[in-house]
Amino acid sequence: MAEKDTRPNTVKTENLIKEYMMGSVSVKALQGVNVEIKKGEYISIMGPSGSGKSTFFNMIGGLDKPSDGNVYIDEIDIAQLDAYELAWMRCRKIGYIFQSFNLIPVMSAIENVTLPMIFAGVPNDQAMDKGKELLELVGLGDRIKHKPLEMSGGQQQRVAVARALANDPAIVLADEPTGNLDLRTGKEIIALLKRLNKEKNVTIISATHDLKMIDVSDRIIWIRDGRLEKIEERKEVNIRVGEMEGEAA
Amino acid sequence: MAENHERQIHLPFSEAFKIALRSLKIRFWRAIITMMGITLAIAFLASVLTSSAITTNLKIVTDEIPAQRLWVVVMSLLVCVVGITNSMLMAVTERFKEIGTMKCLGALDRFVVELFLLESSLQGFFGSLIGSIAGTLLMVLIQFSKEGKKVFSSLTFFRHFSINDIGCIIVLCVAVGVGLSVLGAIYPAYTASKMVPADAMRVEI
Repeated sequence: MAEKDTRPNTVKTENLIKEYMMGSVSVKALQGVNVEIKKGEYISIMGPSGSGKSTFFNMIGGLDKPSDGNVYIDEIDIAQLDAYELAWMRCRKIGYIFQSFNLIPVMSAIENVTLPMIFAGVPNDQAMDKGKELLELVGLGDRIKHKPLEMSGGQQQRVAVARALANDPAIVLADEPTGNLDLRTGKEIIALLKRLNKEKNVTIISATHDLKMIDVSDRIIWIRDGRLEKIEERKEVNIRVGEMEGEAA
Repeated sequence: MAENHERQIHLPFSEAFKIALRSLKIRFWRAIITMMGITLAIAFLASVLTSSAITTNLKIVTDEIPAQRLWVVVMSLLVCVVGITNSMLMAVTERFKEIGTMKCLGALDRFVVELFLLESSLQGFFGSLIGSIAGTLLMVLIQFSKEGKKVFSSLTFFRHFSINDIGCIIVLCVAVGVGLSVLGAIYPAYTASKMVPADAMRVEI
């Protein structure tokens, strides 16, 4: 259909395999997945639970080591990186968003957001300014001193989004970002991610069950039984999100 | 290249200190219980040392701490290390998720070790400070009830810089307390820091 996409690959996997040992039995969570993701794309990884999509997500985020195969982030094989370089990559290149928010409970919103910047060596004042700016961006400018437990799920997830953006990452990885949120809050988070994708040209890769996500994605990667089932463009997917969610249009 | 990256990723000591202090504050009662273990062991050590200092200074007995007493002190310190290790293991386990998150944000293994060692040495410091002062005071009072007023005149603080000075005993006991706390925390902190983030975050407690 379209002309060949010449944008550089932000993420590329080659024959990615992950095996877990469950007692004496080895379980193949991923059995050779090949994917290329371009810079600035909005990608959803879909699949039933147990399909290996979370495993895949952990692999491309450098959170777990593959049993075999390679992951390239910006053309660099991450298996070749040492601990410092890997930490540097997690700190600067990738922002993570999780289903269960994973904010540090003892820190306030602003402290959570500035922590990655402190690791990256940003001076304190600068980090505070940037942190405030990011919290305003996600609509929490008035709650910077609140602790995670004093906020609703949606607010916590927005703090997590702000934290993911702290060091201007090229990639944002979101693992079921709307999984613990109600419909409306989930939609807000999705809209926020889409806006960041458009305005800042951040590559967004999101593992999800949520059909609302499909609507804003450029491509959808379907994973089933540890294999790549299909990759679809948004326009090929024939669903009407409103109906699927049982919501009046 | 690697050296560059190391310089670019760092956690200033002041920040680490703030985080460690806050983690202790938010789990205040847990921290107090761990501290009590250290306090009791160190109080015992301090009281034994003080009693020997007083008797030596008053020339009641000439020889140093008897071997049997020393043995009891060593045993109590061992129990203290096991207790600290146990509570640090608990503290680390319930925070695997936090550790995983920190590593996702770019924390080096070293930061995790640093944070837990700081936390435990803070506990060790306050615990053994209270313990050594309490132990010393108690022993002075006990000796006072036995020997009368001359006990007070026998007390020296930093005169000889030896084990017969009360001040030196307190400093020594605090140092021992902090040392033991760090020793007890090294294994759990190291284990925690070596975890792959994905594993650390999968843990559900």
